[in-house]
Amino acid sequence: MLIIRCPWCGERAEIEFSCGGEADIARPLDSESLDDKKWGDYLFMRENPKGRVREQWHHSFGCRRWFVAERDNVSYRIFKTEPVGQPAGTASTEAAA
Amino acid sequence: MTQHHRLPAGGAVDRATRLNFTFNGKAYTGHAGDTLAAALLANGVHFVGRSFKYHRPRGIVTAGVEEPNAIVQLERGAHTVPNARATEVMLYDGLVADSVNAQPSLERDRFAFLQRLSRFIPAGFYYKTFMWPRRFWLRYEKRIRAAAGLGHAPAADDPDRYEKIHAHCEVLVIGAGPSGLAAARAAAEHGCRVILVDEQDQLGGSLRASRRQIDGLPAAQWAADMARALAGLPDVTILTRTTAFGYQDHNLVTATQRLTDHLPVRERGGNREKLWRIRAARVVLATGAHERGIVFHNNDLPGIMTASAISTYVRRFGVLPGRQAVLFTNNDSAYATALDLHENGARVCVVDARARSDGTWARQARDAGIRVIQDAVVVAASGRNHVASVRVRGHAAPAANTETIACDLVGVSGGWNPAVHLYSQSGGKASWHDERACFIPGPKAQAACSAGACNGEFSLEGALRDGHLAGADAGRHASGKAPDPAGLPRWQVDPVIETPIQALWLAADGASVDHRYKQFVDFQNDVTAADIHLAAREGFESVEHVKRYTAMGFGTDQGKLGNINGMAILADALGKRIAETGTTTFRPNYTPVTFGALAGRELGSRLDAERQTCIHDWHAAQGAVFEDVGNWKRPWYFPRQGEDMHAAVARECRAVRNGVGILDASTLGKIDVQGPDAVTLLNWVYTNSWTKLAVGKCRYGLMLDENGMVFDDGVNIRLGEQHFLLSTTTGGAARVLTWMERWLQTEWPHLKVHMTSVTDHFATFAVVGPHARKVLQAVCQDVDFSNAAFPFMSFKEGTIDGVFARIMRISFSGELSYEVNVPANAGRHVWDRIMAAGEPYGITPYGTETMHVLRAEKGYIIVGQDTDGSVTPNDLDMGGLVAKNKDFLGKRSLSRADTAKPGRKQFVGLQTEDPRLVLEEGAQLLNQPSRAAVAPLVGHVTSSYFSPALDRSIALGLVEDGLARKGQVVVAALPDGGFAKTRIVSPVFYDQEGARQHVE
Repeated sequence: MLIIRCPWCGERAEIEFSCGGEADIARPLDSESLDDKKWGDYLFMRENPKGRVREQWHHSFGCRRWFVAERDNVSYRIFKTEPVGQPAGTASTEAAA
Repeated sequence: MTQHHRLPAGGAVDRATRLNFTFNGKAYTGHAGDTLAAALLANGVHFVGRSFKYHRPRGIVTAGVEEPNAIVQLERGAHTVPNARATEVMLYDGLVADSVNAQPSLERDRFAFLQRLSRFIPAGFYYKTFMWPRRFWLRYEKRIRAAAGLGHAPAADDPDRYEKIHAHCEVLVIGAGPSGLAAARAAAEHGCRVILVDEQDQLGGSLRASRRQIDGLPAAQWAADMARALAGLPDVTILTRTTAFGYQDHNLVTATQRLTDHLPVRERGGNREKLWRIRAARVVLATGAHERGIVFHNNDLPGIMTASAISTYVRRFGVLPGRQAVLFTNNDSAYATALDLHENGARVCVVDARARSDGTWARQARDAGIRVIQDAVVVAASGRNHVASVRVRGHAAPAANTETIACDLVGVSGGWNPAVHLYSQSGGKASWHDERACFIPGPKAQAACSAGACNGEFSLEGALRDGHLAGADAGRHASGKAPDPAGLPRWQVDPVIETPIQALWLAADGASVDHRYKQFVDFQNDVTAADIHLAAREGFESVEHVKRYTAMGFGTDQGKLGNINGMAILADALGKRIAETGTTTFRPNYTPVTFGALAGRELGSRLDAERQTCIHDWHAAQGAVFEDVGNWKRPWYFPRQGEDMHAAVARECRAVRNGVGILDASTLGKIDVQGPDAVTLLNWVYTNSWTKLAVGKCRYGLMLDENGMVFDDGVNIRLGEQHFLLSTTTGGAARVLTWMERWLQTEWPHLKVHMTSVTDHFATFAVVGPHARKVLQAVCQDVDFSNAAFPFMSFKEGTIDGVFARIMRISFSGELSYEVNVPANAGRHVWDRIMAAGEPYGITPYGTETMHVLRAEKGYIIVGQDTDGSVTPNDLDMGGLVAKNKDFLGKRSLSRADTAKPGRKQFVGLQTEDPRLVLEEGAQLLNQPSRAAVAPLVGHVTSSYFSPALDRSIALGLVEDGLARKGQVVVAALPDGGFAKTRIVSPVFYDQEGARQHVE
């Protein structure tokens, strides 16, 4: 069971969280003008890489905040967690190795 | 019966305490400190079981967890334990054990004949033979299962209690042999919280049966002193009888502590086992190694053991398992066993595959006059139910040294397998080490370190040194403190020099490996060298495939004894090196874990949370039958004397349509939404617009997922300009809140709006029926209930007997109906008031079944029953609720080619030709009856009831192009194979004009 550092609550066991899949997928602003393929890309297509990934996680049994976790889906190491929409370079919670 | 194999002195057993036990119905005695296996051997009992497949006689092979053969059914009745390893079971007074897989008795086993047929029953036999005809498999299976198999699961409920505990420490040390003890001490010196776990009843591991001396003390004595010293340290927690069985992610180790299994059944109390979840900053794996055998013909005869097991029985238990021993080895450790046996009066002969052995023990053995045959192997054993002799042959020169040696005990040492199980579970990959002839841990995968024998370091001095270094390193990392300035402790160990091991897996007569030879690799699953060769011949190359084909390593012992031999034999058959074939995956659990320990206290009503409304006790007192909706217990119906469900529901329906009924709707999800952007958020998540909804008005909303599929629905109220109260389905409350929060937090964090679940804060009662207004007028004087002042789909605040109430005039039944929301703490009080006020009108409580019938009569959907995640608003003929002039979640998907295509399954009413026939929910619809294997289906029934108001059956369903097919007839498939003519109609069966809910 992973130990995940919620940006608001600190380190908690994985059982308190749920994973929401790939992060950084913005909802198209002009959805009506997209063709079916482009809308389908937004709806269904995911990178699903092996290795380092950015994911949305939810502290479901805690503060109920969504946040972004950067982790390795092979080694399960969590590199960092940060609030959603955190501009690059601002304080984020680096997990200890 | 006397313990005629017990030595007159020696061992760590308490000779003053005699314990009585029975094995296969026969009475024996042993001593406190014995394992069941030790006590059996003390009584001369080697033959303890029959093998899984061939029913061959099998004896005790080991003295630990790696035991494949000596598995017993422990105790009887509810306390019975199937497949307990006799080598691990601590003896207690009154213990009752029986062999498994032998009926009616071990000696006269019904299936013993199978061993003579074994050459015709190789690996894969059952798969290949009983394939055809397919329908006969069930018949075959029963017979095969009766002949194969091990112990019996208990038939009664588990009478024991189990507990779980979460623990945290800086350093977790697993295994308390030399390296584990040294590691725990070093880590404790750094001021760390240390947890030391060991599966045995006392610390010491291999030291407990070792001939070695540390600081001039016998190793067992040194270990006991060390254990005492550690126990005196405040930050060291010692867990004995505790098996670390799983190494999970992020340094979580799961271990099970056996608290009462060593006690007589009648003295057991409290928790039987405690499941530890230990989260450690650092882990030191000091799990030791298991000695492996060497494969030869009839190597499974009782009386053939691992050499180290013999030493353990002699030194730790004071038991001499045989008096005329042959030790077959390829390394030096068997010479220690030779000395142990010799010193206790046994005649010993060592057969060593190596050309030379000049180690300390080998020299001592020769000096003691023990016969040593170099460059020789044991190729076969013989005997009936016990080994009587072995055939020896030259190794390098097969013709040399040929002889037959009579014996009653054979000790085999093929080298040592590091217990890399936990290391592998941690994500590490073990690699083959040629000189040490074993798999050793590779790079670490988590914050852990392997030390001692489990790291391939088999010397005592090395184990102590590595244990200390690992413990100190873990302590330094975890505590951040500098290393111990005193450096290595100077433990003085008597010097032992060893001659290197020479890898040897299979000693065969000639070059042949075939099914005439019983060269067992995996004892528990009866896998022979020939089976592995067969698998290789049939094209299996991956060790994982061979494992599955032959079942090697699939037993309860998980192949701890035999797997490495099997992999080496496979490599040889494939002409590869062991490093190329590799190992199978080591998965949790290291040893079998009781289901009870995993379940803990999460049983029965504690398995899952049960939610009850504030009226629950009243419902129960009225004899309500409950149904589960999400985690909620909801009244399903309220049967009166002599009523069945059908009668009760019919009565409840009639009461609502003709008088007044009351429904406890407190379970409906309620979300309080507040903020300047509340309307904007609602406009995003609902298909219809909320901008123009006036304060004090209610509106029905549909919520879609991004695929355009209906996801939830409910009636929402605008309490203020910036304040809404949403209602959701009972089961969907948490899902809807999470969904809305997700969008708010991740996509529209700029919106100023807050959401709060208030489901539990308010009790909700629907007062429904023609007399509803009169009932509420009687209890609530500060609200004008007249139609003009309080029209349909509007909301008022008032008080009921001093309790604040929000009252909505909405309807899920088509009747005049009010939903009363009051603070839950006052819910019961208000409920009682309404019931009293309704008494003159015959107010009737009703349950979810009546609610379903009433709404179905009106064609109202239930999300999740009439929809299934593939239904759009247009499919429901609710296109009118889809706003054209705004974007919302799921909108774009409604115009995707597939979602917008004509002829999709659409929501319709269904009327059977026979008005008495109530279709099954889920029944398939066809255009005409069909017996085709794959019949063309055009839809299915989603809801189906008998309607008391219409005095006939009604149904709702999804039918392809259904909206355009109203009036047409389809057929519904019936469970008995027949078909029922069914007409597609409007889903609104009752009061189609909707006059009743608007009543003046």
